[in-house]
Amino acid sequence: MILVAVLAIPAVFAVVVALLGDRIGRIVGTAAATLTFLTSLLLAVRDDPDPLPVGGRAIQPWQELNVPWVPGLDLRFHLGVDGISYPLVVLTTLLTLLCCVYTLWMVPDAGRGRLLTALLLVIEVGIVGTFLALDLVLFFVFFEVVLLPMYAVIAVWGGEGRRHAARKFVLYTLFGSVLLLVGVFTIVAATGTADIIRLTATSGAGMSRTTQLVAFVLLAVAFAVKSPLWPLHTWLPDAHTEAPTVGSVILAGVLLKMGTYGLIRVAVGVTPDGAARVAPVLGVLAVAAILVGSLVCLAQTALKRLIAYSSVGHMGFVLLGIATLSAVGIQAALIGNIAHGLITGLLFFLAGAIKDRAHTGDLTRLGGLRETAPTLAGILGFAAIASLGLPGLAGFWGEAFAVVASFQRGGPLWTVLAVAAAIGGAVTAAYFLRLLRKVTHGPAAPSVASMPRLSPAEFVSWAPLIVLTLVVGLLPALVLGMAFDPVWSLTYDGSLVWFSR
Amino acid sequence: MVQSVDHAALLPTYLAAGTALLVLLVDLAIARRAAVLTVAVLGAAATGVAAVVIGRGVDRSTFCTAAGCSYVADDTGALLAVLFAGLTLVVLLLSVPALRSLPAGEYCFLLACAMTGGVALGFSRDLITLIVSLETLTLPLYILVGLRRRSIGSAEGAVTFFVISVVATAVTLLGAAFLYALTGSVHFGGLRAALADNAALRDIPLTAAAVVLVLVGLAFKVAAVPFHAWAPAAYDGAPVPVAAYLSTASKLGGVVAILYVAVDALRPWLDVAGPALAALAVLTMTVGNLVALRQRRMVRLLAWSSVAQAGYILAPLGAFALAGGRTDEALSLAVAATIAYTVFYVVMELGAFGAVIALRPGDADGGEIADYRGTARTHPWVAGAFVLALVGLAGLPPGLAGLFAKVVVVRSLLGGQAGWLAIVVALNAVVGLAYYVRVAATLFGPTTETEKRVRVPWAVAAALGAATAVALVVGFAPQLVLDAAALSQLGR
Repeated sequence: MILVAVLAIPAVFAVVVALLGDRIGRIVGTAAATLTFLTSLLLAVRDDPDPLPVGGRAIQPWQELNVPWVPGLDLRFHLGVDGISYPLVVLTTLLTLLCCVYTLWMVPDAGRGRLLTALLLVIEVGIVGTFLALDLVLFFVFFEVVLLPMYAVIAVWGGEGRRHAARKFVLYTLFGSVLLLVGVFTIVAATGTADIIRLTATSGAGMSRTTQLVAFVLLAVAFAVKSPLWPLHTWLPDAHTEAPTVGSVILAGVLLKMGTYGLIRVAVGVTPDGAARVAPVLGVLAVAAILVGSLVCLAQTALKRLIAYSSVGHMGFVLLGIATLSAVGIQAALIGNIAHGLITGLLFFLAGAIKDRAHTGDLTRLGGLRETAPTLAGILGFAAIASLGLPGLAGFWGEAFAVVASFQRGGPLWTVLAVAAAIGGAVTAAYFLRLLRKVTHGPAAPSVASMPRLSPAEFVSWAPLIVLTLVVGLLPALVLGMAFDPVWSLTYDGSLVWFSR
Repeated sequence: MVQSVDHAALLPTYLAAGTALLVLLVDLAIARRAAVLTVAVLGAAATGVAAVVIGRGVDRSTFCTAAGCSYVADDTGALLAVLFAGLTLVVLLLSVPALRSLPAGEYCFLLACAMTGGVALGFSRDLITLIVSLETLTLPLYILVGLRRRSIGSAEGAVTFFVISVVATAVTLLGAAFLYALTGSVHFGGLRAALADNAALRDIPLTAAAVVLVLVGLAFKVAAVPFHAWAPAAYDGAPVPVAAYLSTASKLGGVVAILYVAVDALRPWLDVAGPALAALAVLTMTVGNLVALRQRRMVRLLAWSSVAQAGYILAPLGAFALAGGRTDEALSLAVAATIAYTVFYVVMELGAFGAVIALRPGDADGGEIADYRGTARTHPWVAGAFVLALVGLAGLPPGLAGLFAKVVVVRSLLGGQAGWLAIVVALNAVVGLAYYVRVAATLFGPTTETEKRVRVPWAVAAALGAATAVALVVGFAPQLVLDAAALSQLGR
């Protein structure tokens, strides 16, 4: 029931909000987002107090719903939540709530805030559905739901180059999802089932080695576009630069996670043999993403673009963790996902706030923010330091353990990758410090001369992210504890035996 | 020899033909637009109901000889008859504003004639009946395309359509004649048996030529590339409801004919027909999508989009190119996928054309795409239906009907081990989205001139509403369409 409610509440209210007046619509939308967030917390309740022993099933959802929808397409409405999906679901509902709250007070120039709220709710349905789906075809359907609403958010409420950026976003990501469609049905045609639980438990039995490889490559490219993985990332900087603040927050915070989650749950879970064979390529590309992302950031002068490219680097760490196919690496990827969602969400809120006040996002025209807006500068410093991976804050765990996992894999390739990733981490620190020097330090630039104080909306929507960045940084077990069993069974139970070497 | 004729089996065809006659009489006697339309609409509805009744009963066949039956009223035929009757009904409703300047009697008569051809087409089981039915379906359309007076575009479109279509029919007939000369049979069953049994036919080049000629001729009817050149001119010149009919009913007719001929009559020659169909499908969707990218006029864009859609419709049949696609299981999967995709497609296409008619004043043509700027503000509901139809054609949520349509095609292709074709379809979907989303975004653009609200006639609103409602229902319950498509005994 809770599983359905988490999807039904935002879906129904999205329609209601679109039909209401502007102000009341935004209020109702925020109420719906709050309700969804609270409902999603309830997903932690375990239906099944005594789950099957580990080894019986690779995925053990705490709550599960499995009803047929379209038997002719092997499509079942099969939802479930476990330790891998739960943190991401809660992150999604939280960020959507914060964005709705933000929209209560701050509507981008194009107006029609209720429609923006309604679209945020639709996007939430798509993302949460993707995280909950335990049927390959259903996963694909939810994966697609997000595309057009996000396109509309960028194209209607975005910056000056919004049309171009929005089109690039939608075409790139559709390219990814049509490959996902082909990949999904490659698997379904070979195995005769679309049940992710069964496919994971049997490690994709029924598929020949070649089929597994083809299926994994198709899925990996699909998810790599979404994540995004270098060299398929070029839609991301444009989309982020042009998207409105809430669009960027959702995009960076949770939309990208659909790719990495899909890689872990579907690609690695269902086609482990294919994954094992392609993993080195994935690892090399991931490290390339880290290096390219951080080097581009060093030379970047636009604030939002810099944060966007930093996302490419951070997601590179997440993908490196997945590519190691080890328990440590996938744990690192999961916590890296959450941390990136929290910190980059916060960074985009801050970038939006600075841009709204200074009317520029150009680093050369910003400076001395701590003189005129000390609070804002302080929070920006906090977020930047969290993002560069300071121990004790959320960003640290994912990046450090992705490198550790790569070292543990051993062999010349993975050692080199680990070293290169570590260097990328150092460059990350360099460009964030450069960012801080340019924006907060130095003499106050004319553009930041008169900065309005932070509004309650901003405080309310930022505070949870700041607190959670600290909490996850100090207590990573919050995320990792519940993910331990599913990750363990994913890496030990399946055919990923070489990790035990 | 006196044949016994099963008149019950012929009931839907009788009703469709009767509708045409009655419309003509009513036009003579009463000469009122409303009366003529009412008769035509009721006739189409009665035809649909009769088809449902016939379909639910036992299979009936008539005009039988020792070689087989020419006319079989089975589930497949009944399903198609219902579709043709429904399409005609909706297009009649969409025609209400256009009929202010067009002669209502002739218009409705011709449309009812076309419906008769479509209904008979679904029941036909020999090449001659098939071709005659198909011509009955398209012949009235030549006149309908040219019905807009004082319009050069209309006349041009009609002449292009007429000339190319007649040539295509001649080509099909030539192929059919060759087949008859080789096998001595025109019935699908007889042809299939003769082609399968007589191994010597394999060595005669004429057989392959005949197979290809028949298919090429039929490919004209679905506007498959490279036999598509008539479509954009004819669509753009025709009154918009006629363009809607061309892109739905006429295309459905072509698809049915190809299905019957390729899967039923020429089944032993699928290894020749398969690669031809695969090439047609790939060319059609790719060229259609790429050219659609550059269109400025609304109806031309929809015309090219429907060319591309024809490619998706033919795509499942392209799986026959490889041995893995010719197994019985893959074959019935491909046939069901083709029918299912066609059903999804005509529903969404009607939605798109319905919205165009609703947004244009009176009997105007489709106009430029830029003319539609800002309609989301002036007509939010119509624009909503338009966007739903467009994203459905693109195959994305919220157009779930279109999403599942694409899923059906890709699934059948991978079931038939034609992964390469699935990837071509998938990549084409990306190209397709580029122009669909451009049109959809235009609707939300700022208005250029003073906003003038066109009142949407109730008949158009009802037709558009019905098409959109059906699209929504089959979007959430696609199993309805899949079950209907699985009724087809073709490919068993």
